[in-house]
Amino acid sequence: MSLRIVVCVKYVPDATGDRHFADDLTLDREDVDGLLSELDEYAVEQALQIADGADDAEITVLTVGPEDARDALRKALSMGADRAVHVEDDDLHGTDVIGTSLVLARAIEKAGYDLVISGMASTDGTMGVVPALLAERLGVPQVTLLSEVSVEGGVVRGRRDGDSASEQLEASLPAVVSVTDQSGEARYPSFKGIMAAKKKPVESWDLEDLEIEADEVGLAGAWSAVDSAAQRPARSAGTIVKDEGEGGRQLAEFLAGQKFI
Amino acid sequence: MAEVLVYVDHVDGAVRKPTLELLTLARRVGEPVALALGAGAAETASVLAEHGAVKVLTADAPEFADYLVVPKVDALQAAVEAVSPVAVLVPSSAEGKEIAARLAVRIGSGIVTDAVDLEAGEQGPVATQSAFAASFTTKSRVTRGVPVITVKPNSAPVEAAPAAGVVETLPVGFSAQATGTKVLSRTPRESTGRPELTEAAIVVSGGRGVNGAENFAIIEALADSLGAAVGASRAAVDAGWYPHSNQVGQTGKSVSPQLYIASGISGAIQHRAGMQTSKTIVAINKDAEAPIFDLVDYGVVGDLFQVVPQLTDEVNTRKA
Ligand SMILES: Cc1cc2nc3c(=O)[nH]c(=O)nc-3n(C[C@H](O)[C@H](O)[C@H](O)COP(=O)(O)OP(=O)(O)OC[C@H]3O[C@@H](n4cnc5c(N)ncnc54)[C@H](O)[C@@H]3O)c2cc1C
Ligand SMILES: Cc1cc2nc3c(=O)[nH]c(=O)nc-3n(C[C@H](O)[C@H](O)[C@H](O)COP(=O)(O)OP(=O)(O)OC[C@H]3O[C@@H](n4cnc5c(N)ncnc54)[C@H](O)[C@@H]3O)c2cc1C
Repeated sequence: MSLRIVVCVKYVPDATGDRHFADDLTLDREDVDGLLSELDEYAVEQALQIADGADDAEITVLTVGPEDARDALRKALSMGADRAVHVEDDDLHGTDVIGTSLVLARAIEKAGYDLVISGMASTDGTMGVVPALLAERLGVPQVTLLSEVSVEGGVVRGRRDGDSASEQLEASLPAVVSVTDQSGEARYPSFKGIMAAKKKPVESWDLEDLEIEADEVGLAGAWSAVDSAAQRPARSAGTIVKDEGEGGRQLAEFLAGQKFI
Repeated sequence: MAEVLVYVDHVDGAVRKPTLELLTLARRVGEPVALALGAGAAETASVLAEHGAVKVLTADAPEFADYLVVPKVDALQAAVEAVSPVAVLVPSSAEGKEIAARLAVRIGSGIVTDAVDLEAGEQGPVATQSAFAASFTTKSRVTRGVPVITVKPNSAPVEAAPAAGVVETLPVGFSAQATGTKVLSRTPRESTGRPELTEAAIVVSGGRGVNGAENFAIIEALADSLGAAVGASRAAVDAGWYPHSNQVGQTGKSVSPQLYIASGISGAIQHRAGMQTSKTIVAINKDAEAPIFDLVDYGVVGDLFQVVPQLTDEVNTRKA
């Protein structure tokens, strides 16, 4: 029996670029390069490993994002995923996390799934809540923030390292899993993988395909609003001293002056 | 006055500091009603009352410990229905955010996560968030439903504000999903005796420059002289020199202490994402060009193996 895995991958602005907000207080995508969120590479990696251990598995990578988000799908396909779904619609501009999770959940249902795998958080919104939201909407168990994951006989198991304890978790499929960057280094696409990716199918769906009304998503349909965004003032230049044998004592003097000692 | 529901983070009845900070923020938008779940829930009441809770709702059942997240969402939803609050505040822990998010969908509300401040506004509570590795500050609101807001540690002072703190047991019916994810075992993290990283007033961190697990003793000695928590960069964690639970940054803990001391850390964007909001930043690095120096209030260009022990000695001498 085939194991159907859907991996959610987000297209995000490069964190090393100059990220900022556009006039409508949404993410400005014009001036900074986008890429597959690095934390989602770990999700693709775990999907590939789980698929390797299954008799028969198919990996679909799914993104909700603008035209360029296709690049994120290509990267995931070149790592070894089988097919891709791109949800793209002008009315999606400015969608918040509640709306995004609605769109993702509908697309996952339409694609068909036994297992959904996500990253632990995107590198732009960094909310870390989409996997839990998907589990809520799909009505299946959430097995999230795993640093170790395995699937066997229709059961997913994993280790979740929390603030105060480390937990071993278990749930029956279908389920939503999210993995951390502790789950295992993601592979680089091989040349063969990159060539093969060019021939793999990328389906494009819009809101109508998912039976979602335009006013349920987008900036106007959002459940939350950003009223203002201000660049943090640059920190005023600090004092920098070169250690010539007294660096530690000079630093102690500074800390005492600030009442830390 | 309108009621505000505050989700209590506690360990066997010991309330964690971020929850007390939430009570300070909650009083700006209404009267705090606290919800404490699981073993020891009732024992949280007195400290919550001292910090402004007019009422403390409690519920205990094996489900809260034996299954992941959903039983707590069921309870929070029951509390929302019982109280009809004007907002729900939850600590921004990994679990707190998941609980808050699922609640938001259930009650048809929007959500704002990782607020670093909160104030009353004409159209409901306004949250301050810090975006793109703390290079932007935004003001956000929930525009539909009961605002669900998660708040980061160190976002407000803990203030005493004695209130009634009437304890009531909240009846909770569990949903079909509640038992979906079993917790097979739980290994509590061993206490180091140092302050909790996210709550500490001072954090002393080491990176790749520390060059070895055994050398972290230098970082720990400085931390102990200052009563600080110990942090680490991902490079140090990936090398196996320090536990992942101490990692500061995008995929580790985000900290906002009064003082952050980085030793042998270059200051990559993902590290900055977790510490840039610290009030005072100090760095020790032998490379004068290291990006961390762009952030510092005070920097020492030098070998940490010289500078850190000297600093530790000096702190200990001054304290003695
Ligand atoms: C700076 C900033 C702050 C924001 N704050 C808020 C807020 O407070 N409230 C709010 O409602 N919205 C907010 N948003 C919008 C929110 O980020 C988007 O709706 C986003 O698509 C989902 O949230 P996330 O990226 O934080 O996801 P996370 O929950 O951090 O992502 C976890 C995982 O979900 C998957 N995933 C997330 N988004 C997508 C996608 N579009 N396509 C495929 N997979 C995906 C990925 O696997 C990812 O690793 C914010 C956006 C930004 C840029
Ligand atoms: C998706 C993603 C998520 C990430 N999340 C995190 C995160 O949460 N936290 C994090 O920290 N990183 C994170 N990283 C990694 C990050 O990009 C950097 O690689 C990392 O922060 C580097 O750690 P470092 O500063 O210790 O090491 P380096 O960058 O190697 O810096 C070491 C520094 O030590 C100095 N040094 C060496 N010897 C000495 C000496 N004797 N005395 C004084 N100074 C000395 C050097 O001059 C150098 O500046 C993430 C990366 C990605 C892609």
